[in-house]
Amino acid sequence: MDVVFAIFTAILILGGAAFALVAAIGLNRFPDVYSRMHAASKAGTVGSGLLLLAVGVHSGELSVLARALAGFFFFVLTAPVSAHLLAIAALKAGYSMSDKTVTNEME
Amino acid sequence: MILYLLSLILAFIWVVITGSASLLNLIFGFALSTFALWIVRDEMSARGYLPRLGRILSLLALFFKELALSAWKVAMVVLRPRMDLKPGIFAFPLTVDRDFEITLLANLITLTPGTMSVDVSDDRKFLYVHAIDCSDVEAPKRDIANGFEKKIMEAFR
Repeated sequence: MDVVFAIFTAILILGGAAFALVAAIGLNRFPDVYSRMHAASKAGTVGSGLLLLAVGVHSGELSVLARALAGFFFFVLTAPVSAHLLAIAALKAGYSMSDKTVTNEME
Repeated sequence: MILYLLSLILAFIWVVITGSASLLNLIFGFALSTFALWIVRDEMSARGYLPRLGRILSLLALFFKELALSAWKVAMVVLRPRMDLKPGIFAFPLTVDRDFEITLLANLITLTPGTMSVDVSDDRKFLYVHAIDCSDVEAPKRDIANGFEKKIMEAFR
């Protein structure tokens, strides 16, 4: 039983780390600030969520798990807001979108 | 909405008072507070609490499914050797009009595959959404309208 538990925790940690890595690579590879926010907000949220879940599961205590879940909840709550604010700030500051952009219905 | 927070708070108070912080006790407290609120439903106009709870849970389930899908999709785009992006911003015509619903929809859109909300128009009729793949703007609009927006309308109207 302990082994199953350990493997489950390990999978969660590896999965979380992998998504965090993908988010970091994405920040480097995407062409403009707007598409970069996609990588940071999505892969980043899932990555840190999995890591928090791993902490909660590994501790084996309900109080720790509850706090880890609360942490994940606040990630889900705040990540879109910060992505949205950064995007609108970049737009207002006049950062142009990448030249691959096909549509802009904002004007 | 306030009622759900209320029953959650009541459940936590139950756990604190009974002094046993187990998941089972929390669930029991939640059931108890739901029942207590159900008794005073007429005074609190809490009709349709249970069916609505079901619809909110189904919205939550849809959200977690889309979040997992979206992280996976972004990961695939990031790791592809040749990034073939067609990013763009489209205007999504809003049906929901209350502040809290627009906020919820905008947050949900940001955490779903390939889309990220950028701004709301001043008259609150359009939500401007940035998408990684904007080759067909009608498809994501349809998905949002038939997915999250519909579920939000069902859950909170």
